[in-house]
Amino acid sequence: MVFKRYVEIGRVAYISFGPHAGKLVAIVDVIDQNRALVDGPCSGVRRQAMPFKCMQLTDFVLKFPHSARQKHVRVAWEKENINEKWTGTRWAKKIEAREKKAKMTDFDRYKVMKAKKMRNRIIKHEVKKLQKQSSKKA
Amino acid sequence: DGVTSDAGLALEPGSRILGPFPSSKMAGEKKAGEKKAKKPRKHHASRNPVLARGIGKYSRSAMYARKAMYKRKYDAPETKIEKKKREKAPATLTKPVGGDKNGGNRVVKVRKMPRYYPTEDVPRKLLSHGKKPFCQHKRKLRASITPGTVLIILTGRHRGKRVVFLKQLASGLLLVTGPLAINRVPLRRTHQKFVIATSTKVDISGVKLPKHLTDAYFKKKRLRKPKHQEGEIFDTEKEKYEVTEQRKTDQKTVDSQILPIIKKVPQLRGYLRSVFALSNGVYPHKLVF
Repeated sequence: MVFKRYVEIGRVAYISFGPHAGKLVAIVDVIDQNRALVDGPCSGVRRQAMPFKCMQLTDFVLKFPHSARQKHVRVAWEKENINEKWTGTRWAKKIEAREKKAKMTDFDRYKVMKAKKMRNRIIKHEVKKLQKQSSKKA
Repeated sequence: DGVTSDAGLALEPGSRILGPFPSSKMAGEKKAGEKKAKKPRKHHASRNPVLARGIGKYSRSAMYARKAMYKRKYDAPETKIEKKKREKAPATLTKPVGGDKNGGNRVVKVRKMPRYYPTEDVPRKLLSHGKKPFCQHKRKLRASITPGTVLIILTGRHRGKRVVFLKQLASGLLLVTGPLAINRVPLRRTHQKFVIATSTKVDISGVKLPKHLTDAYFKKKRLRKPKHQEGEIFDTEKEKYEVTEQRKTDQKTVDSQILPIIKKVPQLRGYLRSVFALSNGVYPHKLVF
């Protein structure tokens, strides 16, 4: 299909910019073409209208009827264990890695450089070994 | 006590006759002990009856007599400033005669008469406010620089080197050491402005720095003995800097305390040996140090 993730009631979205940047919310209802009623009881976002532009859809969908109370959204969220599932996705891991890289101090950069150097040496060594083997056979 | 209102003396009500009484009280006081110096004296009511508000009956001189101020003269203790004024510096010195006509003494004035009087007097300078000489300036230190911080030196022959900060000297310059064994930076002064403070800190709280490491110790020495005119001067000036033995011993005492601390932190020694450099895509304003 062209689109795999759809805006629907219960779709969990990741907020990419704005005051709640970086948090997960569930779409509770659609207001009009551009806005949705959104609620994030387990991620500290109050129930509010939010434009679709700042939302990025995730793979997770919850089951609750449209305009359900926050309590029901929370129950559904915790039943599906969205927070843990989210931290296990590659998307969340990439975000975390990016944050860590930005916070690296000068000493950390040195340690990373040394680690990379050692890793590449090991890899090159193994590759050279394999090359030698294959050249010997031929 | 032995004071009663005497016949013939017109006493104001509430007054008290002062003066040495040949009473038993005095003898008693001397015996009982000079420990209890004075009984808390009651203050006399005003001896100047009020005619109208702000106006007394007696004039200043009459009051002086009535209060017996002629008997009550106190001297304030001499302040330190007055004492200093009183102590006069010696006006002349006697010095031995050297050179020809050796032996014997000559008298030399300590403050000599001026050898030149200008034709026009120097105009009086206007008062200025708050212009302090350099030695009295307030020294500031960035909050990110604390003893034990690793600094990156940006200028000078050690540019790019990572170095341990020890303390700020009285002139405001930072005292810094490599340590020498790690990156060939000796005990040296650097300027705060030409240094990047990283967030890496070494625990220097137990390190004792020798007290004689001051600005005067590090100041560059210049010979000044122009006995002859310009011409041969350029040879005598010190061109090559030589490390004195004292510098070597001081370096050793400081580094011997710091090196074991550095060895404890993994990879810190290699970090201090390395040199800071920028490359493509690395922007200092975006780096977190």
